[in-house]
Amino acid sequence: MKILVCISKTPDTTAKIAFTEGNTKFDENGVQWIINPFDEWYALVKAIELKEKDPSAIIHLVTVGAADAEPIIRKALALGGDEAIRINSNSNDSFFVAKQIAAIAKEGSYDIIFTGKETIDYNSASIGSMLSAILDLPFVSLADQLDLNGNTATVRREIEGGEETCEVNLPVVISCQKGMAEQRIPNMRGIMAARTKPLKVLEPIEASATTSIKKFDTPVAKSGVKLVDPANMDELVRLLKEEAKVI
Amino acid sequence: MVLVYIDQADQQIKKSSLEAMSYGAALAKQLGCDVAALVLGTVQDNLAELGKNGAQKVYHLKNESLNSLDVKLHSTLIAHAAKNVNATVVVFANNINGKAIAPAVSVKLEAGLVSGASSLPNTENGFVVTKTVFSGKAFASIQIETPIKVIAINQNSFGLVAYDSTATVEELNIPIPAASIKITKLEKVEGEIPLTEASLVVSGGRGLKGPENWGILLDLAKSLGAATACSRPVSDTDWRPHHEHVGQTGIQIAPNLYIAIGISGAIQHLAGVNRSKTIVVINKDPEAPFFKAADYGVIGDAFEVVPALTSAILKMKSTA
Repeated sequence: MKILVCISKTPDTTAKIAFTEGNTKFDENGVQWIINPFDEWYALVKAIELKEKDPSAIIHLVTVGAADAEPIIRKALALGGDEAIRINSNSNDSFFVAKQIAAIAKEGSYDIIFTGKETIDYNSASIGSMLSAILDLPFVSLADQLDLNGNTATVRREIEGGEETCEVNLPVVISCQKGMAEQRIPNMRGIMAARTKPLKVLEPIEASATTSIKKFDTPVAKSGVKLVDPANMDELVRLLKEEAKVI
Repeated sequence: MVLVYIDQADQQIKKSSLEAMSYGAALAKQLGCDVAALVLGTVQDNLAELGKNGAQKVYHLKNESLNSLDVKLHSTLIAHAAKNVNATVVVFANNINGKAIAPAVSVKLEAGLVSGASSLPNTENGFVVTKTVFSGKAFASIQIETPIKVIAINQNSFGLVAYDSTATVEELNIPIPAASIKITKLEKVEGEIPLTEASLVVSGGRGLKGPENWGILLDLAKSLGAATACSRPVSDTDWRPHHEHVGQTGIQIAPNLYIAIGISGAIQHLAGVNRSKTIVVINKDPEAPFFKAADYGVIGDAFEVVPALTSAILKMKSTA
């Protein structure tokens, strides 16, 4: 069995979000970079769990990013995975990124392609779905449980107001969320091993971007909190009804 | 033409899809073109009534096999229908189904995608859509460069617009390919309002001290008809189910009213709720960072304040 895990580099969850060059570029100054939490905690660890059950499984990691994504992909290799591929490009366009990963996926004929449910920077949740369309594969989003039985995966996924379990034949693209696996911390052996694991760098294939970012804005700050006396909840109800008009 | 995908849960059209319909109608007016809805599966609603949300026409592919989400199947059919009617923009609600289907449709139509859109596009010079990024901590204005566009509009960001008209319904006859997944089990959370569809949300954090104390929060939610949510530590310790976790690594919501009880307001939590229209924070710690992001604050003991708030709401409702 071959598994491909898509890894994205994102700013740390506590990073200050600011912009430069006339609000056209994310300000990377002082930003700590991490593996996108959904990719790391759920997609990658689930792949590792599957390999622990079936040691013949092969895990490849793929990221689309410039050289500064290397520490991230090395950290992912320290958690697990046999080898990694970095596609040397810094695109923000989901379609361009999906095209790059699809080219790798076609070549590697993977049984399962895992992504996180979304990245915490652009929140588009689009790579998994796009990959499935380019590769003409089934796609299961928001998976929080997965069992394999031969060529069939039994996947539980979130739906509006509940959970649904479905069966799907491999190969399949799956986006992972909380519940799928338990977050792990890389150990010293993993970190040492990651240093010598193969990390291939490939140039991007020709693909045109379908979107471009024109500018960023930050939300207008709240004008300030209006404090209500804890002994006067009738007043809070009045404010919510008459001023905010939300109840 | 602007084509709006209307999706359903339990054969009922979702509120977020009606909002997407209103958005699509406004967009069509802006572009000076027609607008139609696309419904897949069997729904109990009267489809002509989609006119009240702005649809001029409803295309309906009536088949029970389309009632639950199969991204490969749905995206193929939606792309097929969009080509048939020469859609130039396809609009989705950015809900669970829309998020999963829209990117695949964009690939099939070779269309640029903006998911998580927060307003109508600026079409003065190109086609620029604003979307939320960095989990709601910023907005990005994205130019779509392709002739066909796909937009998934954030829930509760555009609102419902009432139209005084009825839509004409046309049954579509498109061959339905084989399903790519088989649903084997469905676990519905009974009687609860789905968080992402809720306009009022009551949420609890570690300040409530333990799962046994959730009664006061549930009573408040019941008095308002609100959905319930929680912070990450609460779901991590299994005080509340995972699907209630809102925040950067849980789900992101944008209700009209978000009441946070005993939640300090870590930046990761705020990222999941800061698009809420009105935020009420109840916390005994006046230094809680959440107060900075709140519209209304109550500094006090949740165990006293929350039941008092519930009584005040019930009183207001009984006299209203």
